[in-house]
Amino acid sequence: MITEEKAKSLINTALQHGKRKKVDGIEAIVTASDVATSRFANNGMTQNQSPQRISISVRVQKGGKQARLTSDQISPAGIRMLVENAITAASFLEKDTDMLPMAKPEKRAIVRNVNRYDARTAKFTPEQRAAAISAMVKVAKERSLTSAGVFATGSSVEAIGNSEGLFRYHRETSAEVSITMLHVDAKTAIESTGWAKLHSPHVADIDAASLARRAADKAVASANPAEVPPGKYTVILEPPAVLDLLSYLWHDFTGTSHVDKLSAFLNKVGQKLVGDNVNVVDDPFHPMQAGAPFDGEGLQRQMMTLVDHGVIANLVYGRRSATKLGAAPTGHGMPEPSAEGEHPMNIVVAGGNTSLDEMIRSTERGVLLTRVWYVREVDPTTKIVTGMTRDGTFLIENGVITSGIRNFRFNQGLIDMLNNVVALGPPERTAGEEGIPAVIPAMKLNNFNFASVTRF
Amino acid sequence: MQEIAQHALDVAVGLGASYADVRVIEQEFQYLGTKNQTVSRLDLGSSEGVGIRVLFNGGWGFASTQYTTKKAITEATRRAVATAKASATVLARPVQLAPEPAYNAQWVSPYAMDPFTINLETKLAVLLEAARIIRAVKGTTMAQGSMSFIREKKLFVSTFGTNVHQTSIRSSCGIEAHATDAHDRQKRSYPSSFGGQHALAGWELVAQWDLLAHAQRIGEEAVALLTAPPCPQATTSLILEGSQLGLQIHESMGHPSELDRALGQEINFAGASFLTPDKLHSLQYGSSIVNLVADATAPGALGSFGFDDEGVRAQRVFLVKDGKFCGYLSSRDTAQLIGLNRSGGMMRAESWNVAPIIRMTNISLMPGNAGSLDDLIGDTEDGILMATNKSWSIDQLRYNFQFSTEAGWEIKNGKRGRLLKNCSYGGITPVFWNSCDAICGPQQYVDWGVPNCGKGQPMQTMWTGHGASPSRFRNVQVGMAHAG
Repeated sequence: MITEEKAKSLINTALQHGKRKKVDGIEAIVTASDVATSRFANNGMTQNQSPQRISISVRVQKGGKQARLTSDQISPAGIRMLVENAITAASFLEKDTDMLPMAKPEKRAIVRNVNRYDARTAKFTPEQRAAAISAMVKVAKERSLTSAGVFATGSSVEAIGNSEGLFRYHRETSAEVSITMLHVDAKTAIESTGWAKLHSPHVADIDAASLARRAADKAVASANPAEVPPGKYTVILEPPAVLDLLSYLWHDFTGTSHVDKLSAFLNKVGQKLVGDNVNVVDDPFHPMQAGAPFDGEGLQRQMMTLVDHGVIANLVYGRRSATKLGAAPTGHGMPEPSAEGEHPMNIVVAGGNTSLDEMIRSTERGVLLTRVWYVREVDPTTKIVTGMTRDGTFLIENGVITSGIRNFRFNQGLIDMLNNVVALGPPERTAGEEGIPAVIPAMKLNNFNFASVTRF
Repeated sequence: MQEIAQHALDVAVGLGASYADVRVIEQEFQYLGTKNQTVSRLDLGSSEGVGIRVLFNGGWGFASTQYTTKKAITEATRRAVATAKASATVLARPVQLAPEPAYNAQWVSPYAMDPFTINLETKLAVLLEAARIIRAVKGTTMAQGSMSFIREKKLFVSTFGTNVHQTSIRSSCGIEAHATDAHDRQKRSYPSSFGGQHALAGWELVAQWDLLAHAQRIGEEAVALLTAPPCPQATTSLILEGSQLGLQIHESMGHPSELDRALGQEINFAGASFLTPDKLHSLQYGSSIVNLVADATAPGALGSFGFDDEGVRAQRVFLVKDGKFCGYLSSRDTAQLIGLNRSGGMMRAESWNVAPIIRMTNISLMPGNAGSLDDLIGDTEDGILMATNKSWSIDQLRYNFQFSTEAGWEIKNGKRGRLLKNCSYGGITPVFWNSCDAICGPQQYVDWGVPNCGKGQPMQTMWTGHGASPSRFRNVQVGMAHAG
């Protein structure tokens, strides 16, 4: 993996060449990835990849214009050519009247790094991943199930420097395991599935066999799913389901979505729109968070309160949207230029003390969701999203799970949903398949709208 | 390129691999975006690297490197073999590959004007002028535009003796008009959503789709949608224009016909398929006028190529013939699992940095005999015409789908009526396709490009094509997305 010294050397090659070419400003971003992924299905390994990549992206400013070029050519000659091509590209552009000069280095008191690197995770071998997958397959075979999933480990680097003297470097590791267990009922031949997933900077946090047992339990418990009619139900969402639904809300907290008049919170910042028990922060320093502590222009990510007891409290900004809206940048910008502008990357939804078991016990009739799938926005104003339940959907009657049920399609407004939260579980580091992993609690909600049912 | 690739094969064989293939790829790209009168995206650059895939004791391994020295290639090949050895310790069954002749060939995608010879100023001028026209429409709140141009040179070699050079150019262009008021946000896109139209083509694509001629119309439609009546909740006749039908084909025919999904290999993320092998040649997937092909040979269509990423020549195969499910998208290892004597040639990788997986080529609905769109509307007493995708979702077995479109129009007594907003429709895949009773003719047929197909872990994004003419479906549930 690329060291801080090496990253700085690549960046300096670009900055020095830009200086020689008399640009007004230059920025270079180095990204590196060395994440290996072992995939399995039908109780055997199906794919095993070990890709590696280092890229450099250069942004130059000259005469009120700017251009960005990216390349995998990281030799000194390759970087110098990249800078020259960026200068040529910028010369063809119109002046960018909103363009800001490169960000200046921040004061030492503001700069804060985080340690999210684990040497064991970085060096995890194909044999170790295969052994962990063997353990998961063993769980499947012991219970006459079929397993499929992924075990990925590795490291990544982000580094940024510019002609104003700013330089930031961050390296981190990641381990991700997800598993689906397939159960086929011996008498009816009807299939049911269960799913579980973990994501952590530390591979030691992952007990593959335990995760496999969790998915297996769900697959078996949802055998021969019953069909219940669509309608409004009390639902209990496990954290991955909460994450993959609410991920469609976070961009509405960006300054750029307000400049573009697209946010659902347009002219509503400061208003109470959701329930008192909803509190959300974007916290890059949270111990269960991951990612670099600086943004796409190298600014320190700041902790921001987004929802305070139901009130839309703050937006997040990059430098460009902050300037347009008369706000201070919060360190959430994407690399410039960017249509998206910025994004909260370190969401923490405050939880409560209600365990999943307690939520189930207190439910007279409701539905427990393991995960949701193919969530898409239907209405940007009311934040209606559609999607499907998946891999462990259960009917709760009189405080106990009585059966697995066929999966539903939902059409649900997220703002309405957050006005119907009746219980929260303890927050945990959560990974789904739609949004960035975050710190999320389980939720119990009333009046969740299931629109139709599918055939399994 | 050739020497590097051969070196990787030699190292792999020397380390005991029973099979190896190598892709050496050079890519040049331009992604341009505008928002009103500013450049919101300018992502230019290049990417070069080598992907090495090997079989050892029946297990797959893959590694990549961006360095093209012999030392780096040797190291990457060792990594590929090491991962394959690890795979071989946890096998359900050893991988076997369906036979395919060895090829020594070159292939170049068709284009009239190399887009990399057109300067950025000219390209951005089109988008900025479109934005000016859109924003001149009173009530619009934002105009966006995009273009992309990607040139890829790829060498594929394998230990079976195949040696293929391919060069392709992919281009795209599109514009969006947005309108926001206190209660609503609406948009219209042209020629389609997802960045407009995408094709294997050069700069001529931009002239062909004439963004400026449609900028004012989409601006006016976006504003009109703010006050348009909503799509009613009803069961009615539905006409889908071509680009929306293309996405319908993608989600409800393309994905479920992927053989890796049907065999459970993608069940953990992308999902499995209701089109299980026991339904092959027996399921009446659609009505008798429904004929769907996977055609990697369609000139200029986004999902075309000469050879796939495991050296199989591009083919045109039926997936559905006269309504009956009759074929899969397959690879060399999955084909032999269901007794096929040859891969369909659908293995593709997003870049040199990932291994290929089964992907759609151009999954297309053959034109029918219903004439033009106007003819079809004229033949419809009561219904809704829906156009341009806004939202799309389908379950992991590909039964239950729901789509929303940017715009819709009432059809009454054979005439297009009022503009409708918040249009949606949904159903169950085989029920829906069996309700298809009219398909417009070849004069309305367009190979629509879908550039953003996600699949695999880690997820890969693939470019696919979908030829379609506007078509009619009876007794479809509409207007459910905003209900409740």
